[in-house]
Amino acid sequence: MGNRTKNRLHIPDAPFRPGDKPDFSHLDIGVAGSVERPPCNSKPMEIRDLAYNLVRVLDDDGVAHGDWNPNLNPDVLREGLRTMLLTRKYDERMFRMQRQAKMSFYLKCTGEEAVAVASTMALQPADMLFPTYRQQGAFIARGADLFQEMMCQVMNNELDPMQGKQLPIKYSSAEKGFFSISGPLTTHFPQAVGWAMAAAYKGEDDIALAWTGDGSTAEGDFHYALQFAATYRAPCILTVVNNQWAISSPQTIAGGENTTFAARGIGYGLPALRVDGNDFLAVYAATQWAAERARAGLGSTLIELYTYRVEGHSTSDDPTGYRPRNEPEFWPLGDPIERLKDHLIQLGEWSQQQHDELAQELEDYVTECWKKVDAMGNINDPEYAHIHSAALFEQVYKEMPPHLRKQRQQLGR
Amino acid sequence: MAQMNMIQALNSAQDNLLAKDPNVIIFGEDVGYFGGVFRVTAGLQEKYGKQRVFDSPISEGGIIATALGMGVNGLRPVVEIQFSDYIYPAFDQIASELAKLRYRSNGMFSAPVTIRTPCGGGIRGGQTHSQSPEAIFTHVAGLKVVMPSNPYDAKGLLIAAIEDDDPVVFFEPKRLYNGPFDGDPHQAAIGWNTHPKGEVPEDYYSLEIGKAEVVRPGNALTIVTYGTMVHVAEAAVKAAGIDAEIIDLRTLLPLDIDTIAESVNKTGRCVVVHEATRTSGFGAELSAQIQESCFWRLEAPIERVTGWDTPYPHAMEWDYFPGQQRILDAVNKTLQGG
Ligand SMILES: Cc1ncc(C[n+]2csc(CCOP(=O)(O)OP(=O)(O)O)c2C)c(N)n1
Ligand SMILES: [Mg+2]
Repeated sequence: MGNRTKNRLHIPDAPFRPGDKPDFSHLDIGVAGSVERPPCNSKPMEIRDLAYNLVRVLDDDGVAHGDWNPNLNPDVLREGLRTMLLTRKYDERMFRMQRQAKMSFYLKCTGEEAVAVASTMALQPADMLFPTYRQQGAFIARGADLFQEMMCQVMNNELDPMQGKQLPIKYSSAEKGFFSISGPLTTHFPQAVGWAMAAAYKGEDDIALAWTGDGSTAEGDFHYALQFAATYRAPCILTVVNNQWAISSPQTIAGGENTTFAARGIGYGLPALRVDGNDFLAVYAATQWAAERARAGLGSTLIELYTYRVEGHSTSDDPTGYRPRNEPEFWPLGDPIERLKDHLIQLGEWSQQQHDELAQELEDYVTECWKKVDAMGNINDPEYAHIHSAALFEQVYKEMPPHLRKQRQQLGR
Repeated sequence: MAQMNMIQALNSAQDNLLAKDPNVIIFGEDVGYFGGVFRVTAGLQEKYGKQRVFDSPISEGGIIATALGMGVNGLRPVVEIQFSDYIYPAFDQIASELAKLRYRSNGMFSAPVTIRTPCGGGIRGGQTHSQSPEAIFTHVAGLKVVMPSNPYDAKGLLIAAIEDDDPVVFFEPKRLYNGPFDGDPHQAAIGWNTHPKGEVPEDYYSLEIGKAEVVRPGNALTIVTYGTMVHVAEAAVKAAGIDAEIIDLRTLLPLDIDTIAESVNKTGRCVVVHEATRTSGFGAELSAQIQESCFWRLEAPIERVTGWDTPYPHAMEWDYFPGQQRILDAVNKTLQGG
């Protein structure tokens, strides 16, 4: 091997590894209220700096600043708080139940509740959502039935809407505009653009919103989405949830070391925003801005939602193998639930006591749903493992072809 | 000799070759710092440095394409596709590029890339952590396709794959990583320390690609299989007291038809078993080649035991998985046939 030049591969690292003391003071997170909100009809070229700044509304004391403040009715804020808190309670319970081997798999979105809930709440019910596996908050915000559409799905029990076909958390709801969650990463991103293109073709007002992860932006499909969105001005909001990690790989491996994920939009001529993803108000406002643009026929916006994955990737992952155990405590943008709570209290629209009561109410609700589900058994029970046998061959095709009929007969269940 | 599970054996193979050949380089999603989600590359970055073992962006097409470029420029890349269910984004780079580069340049260019990828089900992984797409790759001229069923073979074949100058798709049945599996999910899991092929030399050795192995001699019929199903078939015939000869293919392409034909010509009966879906599965190719070679000796039609022609389900995994009972049904049918 030659030693003639200084040319070596650059292998990006994580800012901190096990044993290091986390310190995020190198991050430029700006100041709440400092980024101006341009008119919705701005030209992408005129607002390129938004791809490098960070739109923040709430400061560390829960005070809202600047013209990105969406000035929401306190009822809407309370609904957002409730939805995020329910999402967290649900996650905590399901995670514990997976640890008790009640189900094969679970995945939390702790710390990322706002990116799902605020985005969804800023849209209309007929707008279509294209989620990843980490937007259970969006499903809850769309009014998912926690017991039947969610818990029964993760338990694959007899009320599971997917009849046992799918891994836990791979929800799907045509009725609630929540697109079926796929396994391969970010395949849905360009599909969302296609959905939006159909809306434009039909002359309808509905738009699509898709989420993907920082790691997933490396897939070709991410770029297909930006390309088609830009070419056809599809009425679509494309969001990158930059939670700093993709399993064990830091966002630097996905190419986030010397630029932002929002900046990916600039090369395609798309307007791009970079937003504090732990700030309910900022996420809401950014989504509103992009939605208004899309409905005005101005096409897609790329939004980077800057956040942090507080927990392991999933129940199959132990993050202490690749990052300091206490790294989450050092994340400088706080917790989205705490921050919205502080804001409501600061507005005089909420109190710690009300918050504690709400937390208890939601905890009780999750417990009540869980008890019902738990009583229905789980796939560890031998007789239970076959409750969906008849469904095994259904929905492969609209009509079951003869060879599958024959195979079903052979299985004899 | 040491006791190794399949993960350790695969790790050891890569360790040996990183030490032996400075042109060997390893990358893939989560394989560097963390050592892979199945820990197959654990410790290798620490030992050989970040220039030689590193994390890649989540881009399977990018992984294969850059491996090809590296291979053309003198390296011997070993890449991991985290689950074989996620190999499809790379399909164009594999099928159109990697497989055909040598032919289209009439030998001027080629890339000795090894693609390691965990496959198969039985782990409650649902639709996209359970698939067995091996047949798709045997359908592409220019690729070799390997699937070991135990630690000893895994190490020797991975070394051979890396040293092979042609691209190899190396499937690792993930249900076998920690121990053999007899197909019964209700039995307590056992480790490789219970199996003779869990004894693995720590040093370099290689096993020839393209050689099947008779893992159980017998006279009543021949069972041709590979990967996880080798162990399920062994358990099935043992429990039923059937004098079956079991062949572990180890390599699907190039296929060791001689070993298969010799056995089927002896027994006159054959069952082909795989976990993958049935239609156009590798069993179809096996059946065709076996009848071409053994038609006049066959005393009964060749039976196929396979996964159903559905996506891999989650809750109905054990209805889908071709377990011992389905193997025995086919074995009995074959024994009664003719
Ligand atoms: C095509 C494909 N390759 C690999 C995987 C395995 N995988 C599942 S999640 C994941 C990390 C994704 O990280 P990111 O996009 O940042 O999303 P996050 O999990 O952080 O929400 C990987 C590599 C997959 N599901 N699909
Ligand atoms: Mg991520």
